[in-house]
Amino acid sequence: MYRYDTIDRALVRERVAEFRDQTRRFLDGEMTEDEFRHLRLRNGLYIQTHAPMLRVAIPYGLLAASQLRALASIARHYDRGYGHFTTRQNLQYNWPRLEQVPDILAELAEVEMHAIQTSGNCIRNTTSDPLAGVAADELEDPRPWCEIIRQWSTFHPEFTYLPRKFKIAVTGAPTQDRAATLVHDIGVHIVQGPDGERGFRILAGGGLGRTPVIGQVIREFLPRKDLLSYLEAVLRVYNREGRRDNIHKARIKILVRSLGLAEFTRRVEHEWQLIDRSRLEVDEAKIERMRGFFAPPAYRSLADVEPAAGQDAAFRAWYRYNTAAHKVSGYRAVYVSLKKPGVAPGDATDAQLDLLADLAERYSFGEARVTHTQNLVLADVEQGKTFELWRALAQAGLATPNIGTLTDMICCPGLDFCSLANAGSIDVAKLINLRFDDYDYVYDLGEIDIKMSGCMNACGHHHVGNIGILGVDKGGQEWYQITIGGAAGAEAALGTVIGPSVPKNEVAESIARLLDVYVEYRRDGERFVDTVRRLGVKPFKERVYAATAAA
Amino acid sequence: MPRRLLRDGGIVLDDWHTTSDGDVPDNGALILTFAEWQADRERWLARSGRLGVVLAPPDEVERLVPDLKRLTLAGADFPGPSEGRGYTQGRLLRERFGFTGELRARGAIRRDHIFFLARCGFNSFELPESELGDAAAALSTFSAAYQLANDIGLPAALTPRSPARPA
Repeated sequence: MYRYDTIDRALVRERVAEFRDQTRRFLDGEMTEDEFRHLRLRNGLYIQTHAPMLRVAIPYGLLAASQLRALASIARHYDRGYGHFTTRQNLQYNWPRLEQVPDILAELAEVEMHAIQTSGNCIRNTTSDPLAGVAADELEDPRPWCEIIRQWSTFHPEFTYLPRKFKIAVTGAPTQDRAATLVHDIGVHIVQGPDGERGFRILAGGGLGRTPVIGQVIREFLPRKDLLSYLEAVLRVYNREGRRDNIHKARIKILVRSLGLAEFTRRVEHEWQLIDRSRLEVDEAKIERMRGFFAPPAYRSLADVEPAAGQDAAFRAWYRYNTAAHKVSGYRAVYVSLKKPGVAPGDATDAQLDLLADLAERYSFGEARVTHTQNLVLADVEQGKTFELWRALAQAGLATPNIGTLTDMICCPGLDFCSLANAGSIDVAKLINLRFDDYDYVYDLGEIDIKMSGCMNACGHHHVGNIGILGVDKGGQEWYQITIGGAAGAEAALGTVIGPSVPKNEVAESIARLLDVYVEYRRDGERFVDTVRRLGVKPFKERVYAATAAA
Repeated sequence: MPRRLLRDGGIVLDDWHTTSDGDVPDNGALILTFAEWQADRERWLARSGRLGVVLAPPDEVERLVPDLKRLTLAGADFPGPSEGRGYTQGRLLRERFGFTGELRARGAIRRDHIFFLARCGFNSFELPESELGDAAAALSTFSAAYQLANDIGLPAALTPRSPARPA
């Protein structure tokens, strides 16, 4: 993975010193709450319902064992012994004390981590494919490009105060798109150009929130040396022309929509022609140097084995659902499920983080990845060692065999922690887990995802859930609006609302009725989302509300 | 009491006036808003004193370009602490249109903004009097940068480490 040099190290330390001074000035009354707000947000610090919330950047989701241990140590000493992995591959602490945040940042800096630009109206953490470098369907490892973008976007002087937050995602496997690039402000796809050379397809204007939009292609092919100058052109057009009068209309998707795709693209291309591109050119030597950081680890020469054969049923289920194919024979990518029933989706304790550091060192070359579905991945595990890894994970509650199934829910922190939320999401996840505790049934349902947000800011990506759940406030009560037919990935689509929202205690039952319709009408091998697409919303809607009326 | 400001890293008396300062002598240095400039351009051009124009966030830099040669000062106004358009205006004035005079930032700016403003080409900053004392140090907040920008306003060259070029 990328390692800091003296310049990277100096920059994060200088940032800690700057923020320490800003925090002191605020606590001493030299700065107003509003003045401090803009500064703390650029360091990932929110003021939440109970306490500040600190969002730590995990660039493109990649973590070294030493970093996992530092995150565990911070959870133990400054928080309540856990952290929450988010849909943007970051980690959030829910209980730090404001005056200790500079110390936390200093500890992060020691392990080459930071909270720079994890909130505020600036370029956020660049996200990517959790199977980068190991997936067989990948054209090229996207991580060197992610790091190039990370550096370019870090402390970019011109784009420090954008109209709104700005999120970039990169994938080297556009046909699968495990990075949800279609719902980002900019999506970058590594593609093969007309003459066989590698470059990028650039998408813009995707995003969730109040007005969900699927990103559209603004350039089919960009030579790779021009990536940064093109991003700079997009950002400059957005910084100049994006709306600043209404926070709900300030994302780039609104600008793209109001100008129209053709006119927006024309303005970007015009700006790009005027930019001094040579200054931003990514030369081959730089690409090679960056690739060196992400070179494949020292894989052993192994034949594929069938480790599941003869083992017990629990292991077989786990192996089937929680491991994925690896491009090197004899290896598997192992998902660590953070979706144990009864635990808030995406939460990990300090002990679990420490254990994962050990397991990463023992089984996966000392690295782990965070997925946008709020799980972790140990990407380079020998097939023959999966059984012992499974046992270690299972003992720590990290082997719930549910990846890609109904109970692998994406979920925001919701009303329990977030001051924006209308409704809780963690306890709804618990209710759904209670209702669907029969794994045979869950496995029979096959590939299906539930995504849940506590408010329309859509941190839980509910619009692109096969089943989406949105918390709404109804006269001070927590109610939930349900959508179906959404999808993330390469076939991204926005879900359709099935009807009026339902109270908390009816969410799980409503989902059960949706699934009943699916089980009745599905054709052989048809996924839930495909059945919804074929039949439309009507039969699902009728079942949910008719049953309610009869009940 | 005359205004003091931070210019080229030092605290100096502001030798410029605005139209709100009352009658400015014909040979006095005068800063206008872009709206004022446009409304009475011929009259301002007829003055013998130095001229400066400060852009509001929505003003297009390109519309000021034909007059840049006549201006000793250009600038951007920041009505709120999170206003970001002036950063682009500054870079374009310096890098695309070659403006070499004083580039001034004014409005709701504080010492916490000026490092990045300086990287966008600004070299003078209207700050609250209470912030002036410590402000120059803020220009040394960071010792390096990942981007090639325009660092005319910084006291010392940053260690360059463009992500685009090998270290």
